[in-house]
Amino acid sequence: MPSELMVRVNGAAVPVPSGSTVAVAMAIAGQPCRTSVAGEPRGPLCGMGICFECRAIVNGIPHSRTCQMLCEPGMDIHTDE
Amino acid sequence: MTKDTYDIVIVGAGIVGAACADAFAGRGLRVVVVDRDVVGSGATAAGMGHIVVMDDSDAQFALTHYSQRLWQELHMELPPDVEYEQSGTIWVAADEEEMAEVLRKREYYQKRGVAVEVLNAGQLKQAEPNLRNGLLGGLLVPDDAVLYPPCAARFLMARAQQRGARLRLGASATQISERRVRFNDGQEIAAGIVVNAAGANAAELNPAIDVKKRKGHLVITDRYPGFLRHQLVELGYLKSAHSVSRDSVAFNVQPRRTGQILIGSSRQYGAEHKEVDQVMLASMVRRAQKYMPALGKMSAVRVWTGFRAATPDKLPLIGPCPGFESVFLATGHEGLGITTSLATAAILVDQVTGSKPEIAVEPYLPSRMAKEHVHAQ
Amino acid sequence: MSKYSRARFDVLVLGGGPAGIAAAVRAAESGSRVGLVDENLSVGGQIWRGGASDGKHSSDALTWIEQLKRCGVTLLCGKRVFHQPASSILMAESTDYVCELSYRNLILATGARERFLPFPGWTLPNVMGAGGLQAMVKSGLPIRGKRVVVAGSGPLLLAVASYLRKQGAKILLICEQASGRKLARFAISLLRYPEKVAQAFDLRKDITRIPLATSSWPLCAHGEQTFEAVTVSHKGKLQTIQCDYLACGFHLVPNTELPTLLGCRIRHGYVQVDDLLQTTVENIFCAGEPTGIGGVDLALIEGQIAGLSATGNTTAAQKLFPKRQRLRQFARLLDETFCLRSELRSLPSPETLVCRCEDVPYSRVREHTCWRAAKLHTRCGMGPCQGRICGPATQFLFKWSPDSVRPPVFPARVEDLAVPPIAEVTGELQ
Repeated sequence: MPSELMVRVNGAAVPVPSGSTVAVAMAIAGQPCRTSVAGEPRGPLCGMGICFECRAIVNGIPHSRTCQMLCEPGMDIHTDE
Repeated sequence: MTKDTYDIVIVGAGIVGAACADAFAGRGLRVVVVDRDVVGSGATAAGMGHIVVMDDSDAQFALTHYSQRLWQELHMELPPDVEYEQSGTIWVAADEEEMAEVLRKREYYQKRGVAVEVLNAGQLKQAEPNLRNGLLGGLLVPDDAVLYPPCAARFLMARAQQRGARLRLGASATQISERRVRFNDGQEIAAGIVVNAAGANAAELNPAIDVKKRKGHLVITDRYPGFLRHQLVELGYLKSAHSVSRDSVAFNVQPRRTGQILIGSSRQYGAEHKEVDQVMLASMVRRAQKYMPALGKMSAVRVWTGFRAATPDKLPLIGPCPGFESVFLATGHEGLGITTSLATAAILVDQVTGSKPEIAVEPYLPSRMAKEHVHAQ
Repeated sequence: MSKYSRARFDVLVLGGGPAGIAAAVRAAESGSRVGLVDENLSVGGQIWRGGASDGKHSSDALTWIEQLKRCGVTLLCGKRVFHQPASSILMAESTDYVCELSYRNLILATGARERFLPFPGWTLPNVMGAGGLQAMVKSGLPIRGKRVVVAGSGPLLLAVASYLRKQGAKILLICEQASGRKLARFAISLLRYPEKVAQAFDLRKDITRIPLATSSWPLCAHGEQTFEAVTVSHKGKLQTIQCDYLACGFHLVPNTELPTLLGCRIRHGYVQVDDLLQTTVENIFCAGEPTGIGGVDLALIEGQIAGLSATGNTTAAQKLFPKRQRLRQFARLLDETFCLRSELRSLPSPETLVCRCEDVPYSRVREHTCWRAAKLHTRCGMGPCQGRICGPATQFLFKWSPDSVRPPVFPARVEDLAVPPIAEVTGELQ
């Protein structure tokens, strides 16, 4: 199994270790997961799928909880505006 | 036991009670509003917040049209948390029979000065791209609006309080009698006039009135801005609201300013418990997906139920309560409480103060129930 | 449409942490058909995430997980329970999948989550829970060389600091809001619990060189687009520390949402159970943190008791009662030691957000007299987390009581709400 794979975060290619979650990929890319109702950048808080701050658009699906989602090669990830 | 003296005591701080408080206080009367829960916590909290003109009957039209105008006059003063939005309504036609209904409605509304526009299939799809293909068209009513009811009730109540009205929360009214309301903590309030605006619970306080609970379900989604622009209602809604004996669901969705979608609607008879009824929920969701397939993949954040206050002839009870001199009713609004709250308050205050109401009040008088022999359809 | 399937179990265990694993293993030993469902991609819950991080924990976790895999339990990982459409049936979903799980007996082992308290800047990216940061690092977040301040309350802070340090992080400071005296008393009381002494000793070795401040808490997190520095208070003195992450959590609260939805009575915030861990609903049992925050050892004992109880092995269950009693005392010790001081109620400023889902500031929330009014009028608690973050916060800040729980207990696809309940199930899991 390759130790690294490539995903795209907000259009940019980002290499991440195999077994990383999408939330981690966004953190590695230095991108917030989502923008809050009032326009603030947000990232994961609880790390266990309860706070919903880690929601991002993954392969076109909005509101995906990224802290519980494993990265797959070629995944297209965007900050949930 | 303490006694306070007011001109008006209103039981119920929902949208109707709050609107009445605001109207009475605006005429300089001393008002107290009581509720066992918080402001806007009953059907006001549970419903969709649709402001809509309806044409089931001339009386229903008169009340909804008058009230919608009052909302339009008020809307500039509403704070942002009321989320008033003139999204308009589209009545959606799925077959020829419903399209004929569209044309009938257009004629009805146009004759009475309501702006409407018939949409053909292409125009409907353009107005709402997420509706499924194959629908025949619809009727757009651009002046209909939506808002967030608990905050609207709070605004009206706050305005009433600025004009001197008092608010007592937490005690449950147990008895209404002439010029008096008694509570479960032993307290009493005395007032010249008592108004029962207790919604679905109105008959607990006035057992002789025919107001029954009609349960509904709603689903709210996460935010999907731009997905839906208008309140959409299928024309089968009328077929189901007509029935007074069968449980039913109908396609009815509303865009919130937040971008969340409210999915409804359902009507149940004789259901007294608040729990979600899975059969109704499943049926309602499937019906909604039939009209807007993309709803299926959306994230549903919450499901809840509420109780509408229903009368046998689908018109509210606004006026003197039969058998009493000093007790008035402002209840029985079924699914139109938000819409008709302002007009209800206006014509109630007119009746109490002896002013001439803007519309004829006979169709809404509680005394009609004794006189008329109303058939369930 | 999601792929749809059904499965039927004698005993269904909800939650794959230590309590759930222990329950499933004991239940399966009786020959019952047992299923274990957990929303994470593998079992272990929070404390054994990724198979646990160190020493004794690690070998315990390995042993139990090995047993779990060998005892014939059907593992349903990556599936999140969201709804109960009818009695004794639960609905669970994953990305493209929805299933109906019916059971004769249910064991709830839903665990706990961190309590978050609002303070200025807490919503900045890279301010996370203590367990939150640990979970992210276990999921691949690079932490080597990064500077971290760990703050809040509870033994979790020390465990997280120890773990992060082992991964190469620079822990600059641990801020525990409990007083030094309380911690000292706690440390001495640990001597009563042999299991804990070893853990504590290991921990002490790991974090000897990390400054630990007691009676200390964060006042403000600073940064423009992300977190850059934190100002902490220590016995009245202020200190601002530049660092990369703030890992901040104020002990734990039990996940009682699903038990509440299923009709189990909640008492003083915990699921009410009898000695055999049966809830007030006849065929529902509860084990682990939801009955009282007591850590992994108590969770393992309670899981076993529940698994044995649910399969009628009351004698075997009763043999574990003394150990449970002892560990329940540890739970009480935890409660006493790490109870939150009142100064923490003054942390938020008027603009500090209390509800992060709906961006509702403290000034708007505190206008109301109860949770219900605040929810209705400000929408605090009406977002996707349904009050899991702001609920415990407002309960502490204003002494409010929680409201009722509405389905779905976690957000679910609209179409999955429409799956009808089934009366009689004979289908196999596809």
